[in-house]
Parts: sequence; structure tokens; C-alpha cells
Amino acid sequence: MSAISTPITQAPEAWSLPYRGKVGMACLIIAESAIFTILVVAYLFYVGKSLTGPTPREVLETPIFYTICLLSSSLTIHFASRSLERGKRGAFLGLWFLTIVLGGLFLFGTGQEWHRLIYEHGLTISTNLFGTTYYSLVGLHATHVTIGLLMLSIVLLFGLAGRVGPEQAARVDVLSMYWHFVDGVWVVVFTVVYVLGR
Amino acid sequence: MSSDVMAIQTAEAAGRPWVQTLHEWVTTVDHKRLGILYIFYALVFLGIAGIEAIVMRIQLMHAHNDFVSPQVFNRMFTMHGTTMIFFVVMPVLFGFANYLVPLMIGARDMAFPRLNAFSFWLTALGGILLYFSFVGGSGLYGAGNAPDVGWWAYAPLTSRAFSPGHSTDYWTIALLVSGFGSIGTGVNLIATILSMRCPGMKLSRMPLMAWLTLVMSGLVLISLTPLSAAQLMLLVDRYLGGHFFDTQAGGSATLWMHFFWIFGHPEVYILVIPAFAFASEIIPVFSRKPIFGYPVMVGATVCIGFVSMSVWAHHMFTIGMNSSANAFFVLTTMAIAVPTGIKIFNWLGTMWGGKIQFKTPMLFCIGFLFQFLIAGLTGIMLGAAPFNWQLSGSYFVVAHFHYMIVGAILFCVFAAFYYWFPKMTGRMLNESLGKLHFWLFVIGFHLTFDFMHIPGVLGMPRRIYTYEPDRGWDTLNLIVTIGSFIQGIATLVFVANLVLSYFKGAKAGNDPWDAWTLEWSVSSPPPAYNFASIPTVASRRPLWDRKHPEDPDSRYD
Repeated sequence: MSAISTPITQAPEAWSLPYRGKVGMACLIIAESAIFTILVVAYLFYVGKSLTGPTPREVLETPIFYTICLLSSSLTIHFASRSLERGKRGAFLGLWFLTIVLGGLFLFGTGQEWHRLIYEHGLTISTNLFGTTYYSLVGLHATHVTIGLLMLSIVLLFGLAGRVGPEQAARVDVLSMYWHFVDGVWVVVFTVVYVLGR
Repeated sequence: MSSDVMAIQTAEAAGRPWVQTLHEWVTTVDHKRLGILYIFYALVFLGIAGIEAIVMRIQLMHAHNDFVSPQVFNRMFTMHGTTMIFFVVMPVLFGFANYLVPLMIGARDMAFPRLNAFSFWLTALGGILLYFSFVGGSGLYGAGNAPDVGWWAYAPLTSRAFSPGHSTDYWTIALLVSGFGSIGTGVNLIATILSMRCPGMKLSRMPLMAWLTLVMSGLVLISLTPLSAAQLMLLVDRYLGGHFFDTQAGGSATLWMHFFWIFGHPEVYILVIPAFAFASEIIPVFSRKPIFGYPVMVGATVCIGFVSMSVWAHHMFTIGMNSSANAFFVLTTMAIAVPTGIKIFNWLGTMWGGKIQFKTPMLFCIGFLFQFLIAGLTGIMLGAAPFNWQLSGSYFVVAHFHYMIVGAILFCVFAAFYYWFPKMTGRMLNESLGKLHFWLFVIGFHLTFDFMHIPGVLGMPRRIYTYEPDRGWDTLNLIVTIGSFIQGIATLVFVANLVLSYFKGAKAGNDPWDAWTLEWSVSSPPPAYNFASIPTVASRRPLWDRKHPEDPDSRYD
């Protein structure tokens, strides 16, 4: 027993490990990617297999503007967290708010598209295989955007209350990783649904 | 110091109302308490799913038996399979990983303690939801209660037309909820292992348990999520009128099979890799030798992790894939035997020339080695497509995977109980009862699962509720049933041992096995903060270094 309690006298070397928040978020992103992969596979597998219309070629319109909104929000969130690191709180809040606005615009675009598909073309999730796969895949992505926007808004509220400073930069970075992932998924979904799937 | 701490804790515990103790356990975020909650929860479900197995075995004891109705039999095999995989083996493995990994890598808790508690309660809720189906499953339809679609839940059996009522919904949602819990635990374990190691604990010095848990958690992230995605699709089909698996609208039943087995096969490795981890910790200690071929063991595990994700369709040879797909899945399946064989040889190499102590944990590990080999051999047989066409869906398959899950995984889990129970409770498990448990279980296991191969070869299909008397299956099925009862009795001996030893067992002390990993350096049970001061390690066997300062491992590191 005495031997066990003897402390080791060896001097510890420099010891640094990756930040757990980043590792955790990276793991979550891997897991989420697998979920999206399965839905994308299902989408591609069922392209052109619907027994009835409407087909993607007839009803889908490429949402260029809203895609630009979402993708540029990746840039604004990146510069927002850089500003926070450098202690520029005003710039951080401004860019962060802009990110939320751009994400919100994208969500509005999705809502508009769905409204058009449902009321003008009668395409719902139960209409045909296209409807089932389209609403599931785009809907899952939109759910992620919504969750991201909620979390971004929470940070914004804390920021407006003056509670977000450079010492939270690492945590804010974790959230921005998630937002980049949501944008990256959109690139895949966009390619699959609006380019390959038509 | 440690005994003082324990005395104070005991004195405090004695004076507290039980509500307060319960409240502490329910709200705990301590990795050790959550680990014990996982293990306890798994043991409860082990009892339930074991009873379901016994019900099936009584029904199949002789031809034309009518112990239960065909409908009840379907529910029994569905609930038995689902429960054993998702609510027994996974929680018990997560429990041990939760308890041991932070201690082994010199951390005070997991990376995200609250996520840890959240994950446990999600898993717990999943199990409760699944069993609530017995009460709530029939809904307003007057249809059957518990799920009866088999644990694969192949389409179109799960569609509204063939599964009215809510039983399939309970199955789906239970697995979805517990799946999210498992993903949380996977994230947490990886973050813990990568970010919480104590100074000097390089990746190359981690105990194999930590390495294997890392690989297992990676598999959880990549392989459990396809099941969650497939369950989401099934919910869309059942609730929103979607057509993913609706063949009437052009949907494909085969797609569900692919999605299910893309999860289902790596799942086997999610379950068996922690079992390997237990064996890799226990065999060296009871052979009094360090593990043979540490880097090769790590490499082989990572290799298994990767290859396991490209073999799934060997569960589906009979659906009629083209010959190149068949060849691909046969070859990948055969390839997985290589790293697995390396592991078996490394365990044997560890034992070779060692001073082997045949204590109960070691007995279970030796049983594991032998049975795992046979399970692997029948696996190679079933991995060959032509052989598989002959025996797929027969009792040969049932015997094969139970050889893996009971003969390999459960044996390692029992070994882990005997090995780490002293650390968790401060008391040794009784060695005589342990040996009785081992021998009864070995006899019961071999009676059940050796003989179960034969009716399979003779053509007995799985999941039938009864059979004709003139097939030559009667005696064999009777032997299988007798074996299952012996296993049941052995499990009761085990539970009795757990309870008796918890109250009356010999005091364990910090390090009853003279082991080498960090969890044995703290008191049994460890204090809430694990380590009074964070340790520093200089080799793979930090405790050997402390016990033998004249010849530390770090000298050769």
C-alpha cells in the first residue's frame, strides 16, 4: 500500500489536449452526417421511381438566392467569432445578428417553396415517393437550421446582455462549427435535390 | 485516508432518509453512479429478456406444444431480441465504459457529465417505452399489444396494413430514443478519451480498454445513426403517409433491409469490441504478464471497426443480389477473420508462459476465447454465400449469433463483473459461488447452443412457434430447453452472489488482483472526485511502475 501512495516524482512534460467542446461537436457532426447520408441515399435511390406525378422536373425551382443567403451566413459567423476572439464585441454582435437574419431568410425561402409546392402543385409528403423523400430530406435539414437559429439567438440574447466576451470565444466557436456543418449539408442536399435529382 | 473517507460516507448514509439517497441517484451526474445505474438497469432487463427466452424454449420443448399462442410467441422473440441488444448488452457495456474509462485515463469525470446523465435517462426511457407497449400497444384498435415484427422489423410487415395499433410505433420510438442516448454516450466517451487524459497518458499508453472503447464509440456514431434515420423514415411512413417502404407506391422493402443491416452488422462489433476490451484487461492480470502485442491489438481493433462497416449484406444473401455484390460481401466477411484471428493469437500469446491464476474472471475469459473461436468459425461458414443460401433463416444462424452474444460477449461481461465488482462496491464476489456460476453456465450454454446448430442443419427454420413431430427435431429441442434452464439457474446463482457479496463479501482493499491500471490506485469504491491529485503516468502500466520502482516499465517505453 505504501508503494502505491508514493507520488511519482517525474516532472510532467508539457501536456495539452484538444478542447473537449470541439471534439464533442466534431463527433456529433460525424453522427449527423451518417443520418443525412442515409436520407440522401434514399433520395437518390428513389429518383424517378415515383408511380405518379408531380415529378421534380415539373415543380422544383432552384433556390439560388436563399442558397447564397445560407452559404454567406457561414462567412458572417466565421468573422463574428474572429471578432469575438479579438475582443470587438460590437462587430461580433452585428455579424452574429446578420448570420441569424441570413439563416432566417433561408428558412423563409424553404417555407415559401413548400407553400408553393403544396398549394399550387398539390405535392405533399404522402403524394408520391418524390414527395416523401423530398420533404424528409429538406425537412430534416430545415430542422437543423431551426435548431441552429435557436441556439444562435440564445447567444445573441446573452451577447446583448453583455455576457459574451473573448473568454467565451472557444464555446462560440463550437456553435459556429455546427452552423458550418448545417451549411455544408445544404451544399450536398442542394446538389442532390436540385441538380442530380432533376 | 481512503478508509476514513469511506467511514464518513457510511456514517452519513446511515443518517439520511432514503428519499434523499434516491434523489441523489436520480439527479447524479457522476460517471461512477451513472455507470452503476446503466449496469443495474441492464441486469433488470436481462432478467426480463431471459424470461422471454425461457417462454420460447418451453414452447419449443416438444412438437405441437401449446404453452403460448403463436401471437404471443412472435411477441416473445421480438421483445427478447430487441431487449437483449438495446437494453441489456449495450447499457451494460456503456455502464462499464462509463465507470472505468475516466478512472483508467486518470480523469475526474467524463467530458460532459450532464450529457452523460441525459444519455442514460434517454436509454432508460427507451426501455420503459418498449415495455409500456404491453399496456398501451393495442391503442383503440383492439390489435395486438407488444411488437411482434421481429427485431429486424422487415418491411412491409411494419406498415399500417400489417401492424395496426401502436405496438410497432412503441418499438420504433423506443429504439429512436435510446439510439439518441447511445449517440450522446458515444460523443461523450470519445471526447473523454481524447480530451481528458491525465499528463503522460499518451494514446500509445492508454489501457486497451480505453482504446477499444474509442473504436466502439466511433462505430456508435457512424453505425447507430443509420438505424435512427431508418426509424425516422418508418415513422414518416406510419404517421404521415409516406412511401419509403411502401411497395404499393414504388417503395422498396429491400431498402429497409440494407438500412437495417448497415446498422445491424457494425452493431455486433459495437457489442463485441467492449467484450474484447474486458478480455484484454483481465487476461494479462491473471496471466501475470503484460498484454502481448499492444500496438497490433490496437491496429486490429481499428481494422475490425473499418471492415465491419462493409459487410452488412452478408445478412441478405438470400434476397438475390448480383454475383459481384455477393462476391464483395463474402470477401469482406472473410477478411474480418484476419484481425479477429490476430486478437485471439495475442490473447493466447499473453497467456503463453504466464503464471495463470484460474480465478473466476479468468475462467470466464478462457471460456470466451474458446467459444469466440467457434462462433467465428460458424460465422465464416455463414459468410460463404452458397452455404448461407442453404442455412439462412434456420436455427443454425440462431445458434451462431447466440454463440457470439452469449458465448463471447456475455462471458466477458460476467468476467468484468467478477473483476471490477470489488472496485465498484469495495467487496469481493464470492469465489466458490463464482466457480459454481461459471461451471453451471458453461454446461447450460453448451447444452443449449451446441445442440441448437443441429436442428438448423436439419432444416428447422427460426421464429416458428411449433413443429411437426416427425422431423427428428424433438430430442434436440428438448436438450436445448434443458440447457436454457441450466443457464437460468446459473444466472440466479450469479445474482445471489451479487446480493450476498454486496452485504457479506470479503473486503477488497484498493487493489485485490495486484493489477496495473489506474482504477486500482484509488480506494474501492473510489471517492466522488476519483483522484485527490491527478496522477502522472510514464508507461502503459502505471501501477507496476509504482510498485516496482527498481524496474519500471517506463524504462523500456
